[in-house]
Amino acid sequence: MSSRFVNPAIAAVPPSAIRRFFDIAGTMKDVISLGVGEPDFVTPFAVRNTAIDSLLDGETQYTTNAGILPLREEIVHYLQTRFEVSYAPDSEVLVTVGASEAIDIALRVLVRPGDEVLIPEPCYISYQACTRFALGVPVNVPTHAQNNFELLPEDLEARITPQSRVLVLSYPSNPTGAVMPRERLERIAELAIRHDLFVVCDEIYAELCYDGFRQPSIASLPGMRERSMVVSGFSKAFAMTGFRLGYLCAPAEIVRACARIHQYTIMCASRQSQVAAWNALRQGRETDYAEVSRMRESYDRRRRLMVKAFNEMGLPCFEPKGAFYAFPDIRHTGLNSEQFCERLLKEQHVVCVPGSAFGPSGEGHIRCCYATATDSLLVAFERIKAFLAGL
Amino acid sequence: MNGHQKRVLDLLNENCRIPLEQMAVMLGMDIQEVAGIIDTLEKDGIILSYRPIINWDKAERNMVEAMIEVKVTPQRDFGFDAVARRINNFEEVRGLYLMSGTYDLLIQVAAPTLKELAQFVSERLSPLETVTGTSTSFVLKRYKQDGVVFDRQEEDRRLSVSP
Repeated sequence: MSSRFVNPAIAAVPPSAIRRFFDIAGTMKDVISLGVGEPDFVTPFAVRNTAIDSLLDGETQYTTNAGILPLREEIVHYLQTRFEVSYAPDSEVLVTVGASEAIDIALRVLVRPGDEVLIPEPCYISYQACTRFALGVPVNVPTHAQNNFELLPEDLEARITPQSRVLVLSYPSNPTGAVMPRERLERIAELAIRHDLFVVCDEIYAELCYDGFRQPSIASLPGMRERSMVVSGFSKAFAMTGFRLGYLCAPAEIVRACARIHQYTIMCASRQSQVAAWNALRQGRETDYAEVSRMRESYDRRRRLMVKAFNEMGLPCFEPKGAFYAFPDIRHTGLNSEQFCERLLKEQHVVCVPGSAFGPSGEGHIRCCYATATDSLLVAFERIKAFLAGL
Repeated sequence: MNGHQKRVLDLLNENCRIPLEQMAVMLGMDIQEVAGIIDTLEKDGIILSYRPIINWDKAERNMVEAMIEVKVTPQRDFGFDAVARRINNFEEVRGLYLMSGTYDLLIQVAAPTLKELAQFVSERLSPLETVTGTSTSFVLKRYKQDGVVFDRQEEDRRLSVSP
């Protein structure tokens, strides 16, 4: 009865499709989950300890809206040295509650009612929803396994209209694990400039690339700085998901507008998370990011194992060069991705996420996270094989 | 120690029961290469053994364990090595370390009963002519060994599904 009080614009946004699997999995025992979206490492001890020390020292107050300056300075140094983009710590950085908040406020700042937001998909689930919360119109740009899930300039250009205002670019990709090579990124940048698009670049997985690849930031390309925002955070590469800490970097006018929403809605990110993140970056700088490398190498071993296992069991799997997901093709089973995942969970107690949860082009695929103990992965592969044999 | 050897060691140290075939996939090497590296590491005495870490309390095998701090007189030309070799030979000795600080050797011992452990100290260790003093401390409970925490509830704290 109270539903009439809910704003129809919000009610029209469907709940995330992955929620249902979470509920089913919760009723079962002996479940192996490949459905997680976070590292299986605990935050490095020294980083956790920084948060503890901060609490013991009584640092329990608000911080400045933009985040503590030493953290912003470390972020700037980090982006400059690792991704060749430079920002001013005092005016071009905003520390947020996870990269998620950054995406939300970025779209609210950039999108006017009716503006179109170009979203290559399959992609992280919040871009479309946040666009609609901002009263914009999400425009899906499909990407496909045969192109390594890279965004093709022609596919993007075909969907650009006079209403197009923002492009959300997220590589390495959740859910596909795809990356964008520099040459292709340069052509996307040309299009953005030609059509006066602003690019929100979600680089949360940028540290997690394999086989020697490094994901260039589109903001580092000529002419792009003024029309780009780098969004990132500490959840993935630094294994700090529960700290909820991210940031956005962009030209000062944009950051100032983002800070306006942030100051009225959030005030500031948790102080303990900020000091912990500051120490994660500081230690990274002093140790050449040894902890990040250690975790990346561990993911890489399991990535190879998972990709080979899927290919051998007859689920063709494109080789992901980033993030910690494999995205095998399940089309020849005759099941759609939702049916496949539901039956796999009920029959063999393995959780995967249907590709369709990440956009229409994800249909026919399932997202499998390899950030799980090797022994569990090996058992999960056996169970999936048994499931396929029983189809 | 080259890069490949180090990568093999890192993986074995994490889990040495992964089949060779899967190890090769994980490391991006072929099986023969991994097998060859492991062979070399064994021959070079870098890998000494593959053994489980066992929580004996749960296995219902009762052993009395102790750490013994030992002061010894180093021997001319041999230093501490000669006496260490003697002590190594006792089967009760599970670990033996040369230490800095107020004593010289730390011996980790285990025996089926308190009496046997006491006999080891009084009848085998102390009579060694170079041993000038011992201090025995019994292990009451084991919380962590070789980086493995005992009695941890091995639960994955992550949500089973997250975006």
